[in-house]
Amino acid sequence: MITLIRSTALATMAVALSIATFPASAADITGAGATFPYPIYAKWADAYKKETGIGLNYQSIGSGGGIKQIKAKTVTFGASDAPLTGEDLDKTGLAQFPMVMGGIVPVVNLEGIKPGELVLDGSTLADIFLGKITNWNDEAIQKLNPDAKLPDQAIAVIHRSDGSGTTFNFSYYLADVNADWKEKVGVAKALQWPVGLGAKGNEGVANNVAQTGGSIGYVEYAYAKQNELTYADMINKDGKKVEPTADAFSAAAANADWSSQPGYGVILANQPGAEAWPMTAATWILVYKKPDNPEATADALKFFAWSYAKGDEMAGALDYVPMPDNVVKSVEEMWSKDIVGSEGKPLYAE
Amino acid sequence: MTITAEAANSSSLAANIRAAAVRRFALTDSVFQTLTRLSAALVLVLLGGVAISLVAGAWPALSHFGWAFLVTESWNPVTEKFGALAPIYGTLVTSLIAIVIAVPIGIGIAVFLTELCPRSLRRPIGIAVELLAGIPSIIYGIWGLFVFAPFLQVHLQPFIIKLFHGVPGLSSLFSGPPYGIGLMTSGLILAIMVLPFITSITKDVFDTVPPVLKESAYGIGCTTWEVTRRVVIPYTRVGIMGGVMLGLGRALGETMAVTFVIGNAHRISASLFAPGTTISASIANEFTEADGELYTSSLVALGLILFVITFLILAASRFMLMRIERRAGS
Repeated sequence: MITLIRSTALATMAVALSIATFPASAADITGAGATFPYPIYAKWADAYKKETGIGLNYQSIGSGGGIKQIKAKTVTFGASDAPLTGEDLDKTGLAQFPMVMGGIVPVVNLEGIKPGELVLDGSTLADIFLGKITNWNDEAIQKLNPDAKLPDQAIAVIHRSDGSGTTFNFSYYLADVNADWKEKVGVAKALQWPVGLGAKGNEGVANNVAQTGGSIGYVEYAYAKQNELTYADMINKDGKKVEPTADAFSAAAANADWSSQPGYGVILANQPGAEAWPMTAATWILVYKKPDNPEATADALKFFAWSYAKGDEMAGALDYVPMPDNVVKSVEEMWSKDIVGSEGKPLYAE
Repeated sequence: MTITAEAANSSSLAANIRAAAVRRFALTDSVFQTLTRLSAALVLVLLGGVAISLVAGAWPALSHFGWAFLVTESWNPVTEKFGALAPIYGTLVTSLIAIVIAVPIGIGIAVFLTELCPRSLRRPIGIAVELLAGIPSIIYGIWGLFVFAPFLQVHLQPFIIKLFHGVPGLSSLFSGPPYGIGLMTSGLILAIMVLPFITSITKDVFDTVPPVLKESAYGIGCTTWEVTRRVVIPYTRVGIMGGVMLGLGRALGETMAVTFVIGNAHRISASLFAPGTTISASIANEFTEADGELYTSSLVALGLILFVITFLILAASRFMLMRIERRAGS
């Protein structure tokens, strides 16, 4: 008992000490925004702190919140799953660049169907989420899966209930491939869903799909993998069947024309390429081109450069896809050109 | 001569001391009174501040949509067409289900504990009920999603759907695919959550009934049921009503547990098994990612509506109590 009390007291003291020492260390980098990349940012930050002593204080409050906070200048960088438009970037004086990518996969709960045994294409997926296809033995699904034995079972559609970058990218893809979706539902982080029920967060959708027979939902790839859900393969823009793998996500990114959009704001949905996974998504960082606190922004850029250079393996371990080298090079060139201190001196030098 | 002077001296000294004490008391009294008055005023200031900031935050949405906001079912972030009908409906229906279930059970438990229960069981059951109130709502949500909803989906809902199949009215109230989550599940979870509030308050007020009242009723040959029905409940109705209102207040505003099990669909369905949404669940779900003034403002407007609903229900219960009092008095 006494040892227990003593060890508790010691632990409390240790915690108190560590809290007390935090403000004394070098200024932490502050950021806020998207929840989707939070695990990898946290992992990078942890490794970066061990190496440099500079920590990251990232509030994963959602992309909307991240954009609001960077506009209010309460943080050094904002993070968003949906890119800002060129017009918005010009107006606010923000620079935008992609940090990491991931894939969105359709997951199903069908008796007798194992991962990868079901194939869907974008238009059929959209019809399911529109409520036009309501049974698993529908002709449209059967035609894509001539060998599968599809049950006579109602489809339970599960979607996100919270606003989410995942929903934004998913709906962007559906709108790209299905005119009806574009017209009736549209593209946004939160939608007026024609059918189905909503679950909070990727984990909520994953759990609901896991326990609802005949259900279909969409989650980040990592959640499908961790929860051992049955994912569906997709027919991509080139008409090829692809499996959701890190390679397929990279293929989508490799074929994208990153310079076509201001602030690298390319949505990776439905990219060309035989290997490309059609629902790949990037997540972006926002910093001021002429920051009020140049040192803080310079610190943040150093962290991002370090993550680009050394973070690939850590990203892979968490099922994220690192940015291709040519994109990284272009981003770093943009930094040294566009992001400047008070005397116009670049804040980032390679 | 000297004696009287001394007496006069000592009496004036005593008067001085007394006057000083009175002054001191007057000072502390006024300080204390001011402090308590300020504390009371603080509540009003806070309430006023909340009301004002809610109205200010909701104004863009309210002025854009007008009264139609209250009766529009559509909630479309893409076209920025927002209406509060579905969340209002969900909030009221789930709370109603909770109260309809929890009030009779709560009063039943209280009657058992105060009138019928063997003394040795009284404390364990009483403490168990109070512990139920201490469980954080997120736990109810997780339990609801992982344990309760699958149970309903596999066992109860298919049975009920089959049972009422073809019965007019009831068949549409209990129809549709058994998702396991939806308005009914939320109502049931809320019932469990408000039950301890209703029970413990009802039990406490039952304990306040003077034994002499009950004893005289028993003395003239009343049964336990008659004593409970005619003496205990009428004597304590204000307290019971207070407990019910407290429970209703919790049910209306409960967020996390409901968000887990309601299905979060901005739709109004005839079936209680269908997914729906409540005001607080919508706000919790969507506030973080709501960008655009109209979207954020519509969510704040939902909060304002919940504020008004809670206020109206409280006012209605006060009014009801007043009428009961007056009738009982005459």
